Amino acid sequence: MDTENFLLQVKSLHAGYGPTRVLHGLDFGVVRGGVTALLGANGAGKTTTLRAISGMVRISGEILFDGTPISGLATEAIAARGVAHVPDGRGTFMELSVEENLRLGAYTKRGDPRPDMERMFGYFPKLKQRFRQQAGTLSGGEQQMLAIARALMLHPRLLLLDEPSFGLAPLIVREIFAIMRQIIAAEGTSILVVEQNASLALAIAERAYLLETGRIVMSGLAADIRKDEAVRRSYLGY
Amino acid sequence: MDAFLHQLFSGIATGGIYASVALALVMIYQATHHVNFAQGEMAMLSTYVALTLIQAGVPYWIAFVLTVGASMIVGIGIQWLVLRPLEKAPVLASVGVFIGMLLMFNSVAGWIFSYTLKPFPSPFGEGPPMLNGLFSRHELGSTGVTLLVLTAVWAFFRFTRLGLAMRAAAFNPISSRLVGVPVAKMLALGWGLAAGIGAVAGMMVAPVVFLDPNMMAGVLLYAFAGALLGGITNPLGAVVGGLLVGVIENLGGAYVVGTELKLSMALVIIVVVLVVKPSGLFGKTLASRV
Repeated sequence: MDTENFLLQVKSLHAGYGPTRVLHGLDFGVVRGGVTALLGANGAGKTTTLRAISGMVRISGEILFDGTPISGLATEAIAARGVAHVPDGRGTFMELSVEENLRLGAYTKRGDPRPDMERMFGYFPKLKQRFRQQAGTLSGGEQQMLAIARALMLHPRLLLLDEPSFGLAPLIVREIFAIMRQIIAAEGTSILVVEQNASLALAIAERAYLLETGRIVMSGLAADIRKDEAVRRSYLGY
Repeated sequence: MDAFLHQLFSGIATGGIYASVALALVMIYQATHHVNFAQGEMAMLSTYVALTLIQAGVPYWIAFVLTVGASMIVGIGIQWLVLRPLEKAPVLASVGVFIGMLLMFNSVAGWIFSYTLKPFPSPFGEGPPMLNGLFSRHELGSTGVTLLVLTAVWAFFRFTRLGLAMRAAAFNPISSRLVGVPVAKMLALGWGLAAGIGAVAGMMVAPVVFLDPNMMAGVLLYAFAGALLGGITNPLGAVVGGLLVGVIENLGGAYVVGTELKLSMALVIIVVVLVVKPSGLFGKTLASRV
C-alpha cells in the first residue's frame, strides 16, 4: 500500500465504544480516483470504520490521508481537509430546507455555492423541484440523494458513503446507483462505500474488502471477489 | 378607551423586553436543551456595567455598544470555561451550575453595586407622551430598539452563512461536524449572542423598573412564560409569546387581578400552557416521512 495509488491508507486500526472493541487491527486503503467497497454483515464494524476515519470514535493505529496522518484531528478539521461523510441514517438536517442542506455542505468552501447546486441538480433533478421544501418531508430516496449532493458540495477528495441503499426500495436503489456511476465518471472523487448489499457495491467498485467481526478477512479487486465461491454464497446469495 | 389602548401599548413595550429575554432563553435551549436560569442575572450585571460607563461620562449609545460587546464576550467565556466541560455531564449538573451562577451574579452585583434601587437613564429623553399620549417616549424608543434587535437577529440566522451554521449545529451537531461546522464554537457564539440580547433587554427595562440586583427576576419569569407560551423550541414563537405575555400582564394587571398579583399571572400562564398545550402555540411537531 503506497501513497501514490492510495489516497487513504489505514494501518492496524483499532476502535470501539467505551470498553467494547469493535475493530481489531484493520489494514486497508482507498484507491485514488476510484471506488473502494467495504463489505460485511450487520455489526461487522463497517460504520465504525467510517466513523474512525472521520474522527468520531477513539482509535489507535494510523490513518494517512494523502500521506498525512489525520488520526486525532477533530471531525470538522477532517471535513475541512476534503473528507465528506454521508453517515448512516443520511444525516439530513430535517428542520432545514433542501437549499440550506446544500449550503451547509459547502460550509468549508468560500464563494458562491449556487453553481455547485446547479451541478447537483444536473445529477438529481428531483432536488431542484424540492429546493425550498423542508428536508424532513422528503422521501427516503430523496433524502439519500440530498445527502450525496450535500457531501459533494464540499468538493471532497474522499467521499465516505455509509449504506446508500439502506431502507430504500430496490427501484430507488437502482436509480441512486445509476446516478452514482455518473458522478464517479464525472467528478473523479475517490469513494469508500460501505454496503450490506454486496452485489450492488461490487458492481461499482474497483477494490473491495470484506469485514467480519472487526477484521478484514478478504481483500482484492472487486471483480475477483465477485467470483469467489465463499463470498458468493454468503454475501451475494446465488 | 384611551386608557385601554395605553395599557395595550405599554404591554407591547414591556412585552418586547420579555420577547428579547425569551429569545435568548430559546436560543440556548435549542442548542443545548438547557434553560439558562442565569440569563436574567447576566443581563442585570450588563446593565450595571452600562450604568458605570454612563456615570463615568461615556455617552449613552457608546456605553450601549460597549456593554453589548462586553456582554457577548463574557457570554462566550462562560460557555467556554464553565459549560463546555459539562457537555457530557447529567442534566442536573448543568441545572445546578445555572442556579449557582444566578445566585453568584446576584450576590456579586449586590456586593459591588449595593442593593439600593438606582435610576437608569433613558436615551429617549423625558418629554411628553407621544402618538396621542398612548406611548411614553421611552416606551416608543425601547420598542423600536427591541424590534430592531429582533429583526437583526432574525436576519442573521436567516441570511448569513454563520447563522445557518449555528442553526445547523443546534439541530444536528453530528451532521454539522461532518460538513465542517465547528459545533463547540457555534455553541459559544450562541451564548455570546444570547448575552448580548439580554444586555439590550436589561438596558431597556432598567429606566422603567429601576436598577437593582433583583431587577431581572420578574422579567425572567415573564420571559420564561413567554417562551413556553410561544413554544420553547421556536424562536419566533418565543418572540410572539413574550409580546403576548407583556400585553396579558398589563391588561390583567390593570383590569383583572390588580398590580399586586401581576407576577403570579406569569405562573398561571406557565401552568396553563404546560397542562393544555405543552408544545406551546408555535411549538411544531416535525412532519417527516421515512
